[in-house]
Amino acid sequence: MTTRPAYRVLPAVTAESAAFWTGGAEGELRIYRCHSCQHYFHPPVGVCFRCHSRDVAPEAVSGRATVATYTINVHPWFGDAFPTPYVIAIVELDEEPDTRLTTQLVDCPVEDVRIGMPVEVEFEHHDDVWIPVFRPVAGSVA
Amino acid sequence: MTFVDDKVVITGVGQSAVGRKLFRSGIDLAIDAALEAIAHAGLQVEDIDGVASYPGPVQAEGGFVGATTHEVRDALGMRTNWVLSGVETPGQLGTLMDGAAAIAGGRATHVLAFRSVCESSGQAAGRAAALTSVAERARGHAEFRMPFGAASPANWIGMYAMRYMHEFGLTREQLGQVALNARRNAARNPKAIYTAPMTLDDYLSARMISYPFSLYDCDIPCDGATAVILSRRGKAPSTGRTPIAIEAAGSALYERHTWDQRVDLTTMAAHDSAAHLWQQTSLTPADVDFATLYDGFSYLTTQWIEALGFCKHGEVGPFLDNTAYYAPDGELPINTHGGQLSGGRLHGYGFLHEACVQLWREAGERQIAKDVQVAAVGVGGGPEAGCLLLRRDS
Repeated sequence: MTTRPAYRVLPAVTAESAAFWTGGAEGELRIYRCHSCQHYFHPPVGVCFRCHSRDVAPEAVSGRATVATYTINVHPWFGDAFPTPYVIAIVELDEEPDTRLTTQLVDCPVEDVRIGMPVEVEFEHHDDVWIPVFRPVAGSVA
Repeated sequence: MTFVDDKVVITGVGQSAVGRKLFRSGIDLAIDAALEAIAHAGLQVEDIDGVASYPGPVQAEGGFVGATTHEVRDALGMRTNWVLSGVETPGQLGTLMDGAAAIAGGRATHVLAFRSVCESSGQAAGRAAALTSVAERARGHAEFRMPFGAASPANWIGMYAMRYMHEFGLTREQLGQVALNARRNAARNPKAIYTAPMTLDDYLSARMISYPFSLYDCDIPCDGATAVILSRRGKAPSTGRTPIAIEAAGSALYERHTWDQRVDLTTMAAHDSAAHLWQQTSLTPADVDFATLYDGFSYLTTQWIEALGFCKHGEVGPFLDNTAYYAPDGELPINTHGGQLSGGRLHGYGFLHEACVQLWREAGERQIAKDVQVAAVGVGGGPEAGCLLLRRDS
């Protein structure tokens, strides 16, 4: 099984990213959405890159996503603090497949990860941030 | 219409010693490269009135910034009309393109452009120690990658490669041909770092870094500097060397500068850059005699092969199977110096250097036998990409 690291480099939270990194306190994955064209986007910033509306704000999404691609990382970049192997993935949100998150896949044997696999968010609480990692949707791994 | 209206030519190149743990400073290496390039162009230091480099004085670990533009111009006591460095530029050759534009626009006559690295000496202390001792939090694009353990371009680019393999059936055996081609060619480059013969079995049994990349899919940190002289056409002294024209320069990026939001994960900025390049010239991919294509990771070369039109999208696997096609005596030799995979990570400028010495027939033992007049140079990976089409004046 994918192991959880003892150590993560934590994000420097900005005005724009605060909702993303703290939504987990209420169990919510919060992604910026444009209220003009209705599309989601990531990373968060105060304008829609598609239609240039400033009427944008973070909004809770379902937390369900699909693995667009992944890699099994083997090299110990962080020494023993972040045990290997572990799976890094780019997941596409169910609400907006073009909106993707780079994340870690947890609670899944590395050899069972597949492109197209349905996953769902869970949060790891560290200090003042809630890190959104993803796990397989129950029953999606044989 | 050609890039900068054909007003600018490449007149000289230079390169320092290249190696592992040279324990010389980045500025010292850069001065070697600069002086060699200036002399190669038949110029004096006093003739240089513009200087450009990549990336400039950015915060980075481990010898990434070997020397800045100001450090080199100050060391050589230059009087300049124009200087630049930058990291928000289309790949490592981005500021060199701006140097050409500065000449065409009348801001300079002779521009020294360079890249210096001392990453081998700089990383001797070990990267894991550096990463876990970082008291600061992850900022910029790292904010959305480092918390998940996605610490390296091997992770970010490995994910693109995994998607391409999933879509188009590219195999590790095919990808490995990029590394094997580089190793074979490095044997004829006296400055290359790794020259011992490598087999497909060696490649496949190497330790994994981040799927699908093993050790031999990743380039080698090294110490070294490379310099290039750009001159206004007609202003360079006669050296007996035919100037090299910059027929076209691709600098486009049509999507956001990210590692995970590009709509088609089986393409990269290289595709935008190459499309931009071909818009500027009547030449076509069939006119290219050889290519030097970035290989910070093996997969990046496959992207440049596709992007520049040497094969169709999705068909780079079968292209790579035909190893004779891109060997030094083939139709389209690729990375005749061994690239960064075996030659060392000179970070982009090594590809331009190799293209120039081949066009000038100064490549020594590894000189391509056939007459070569047109070279494609593709540099960068992920959202970073810039490419040049070079033509030796006839």
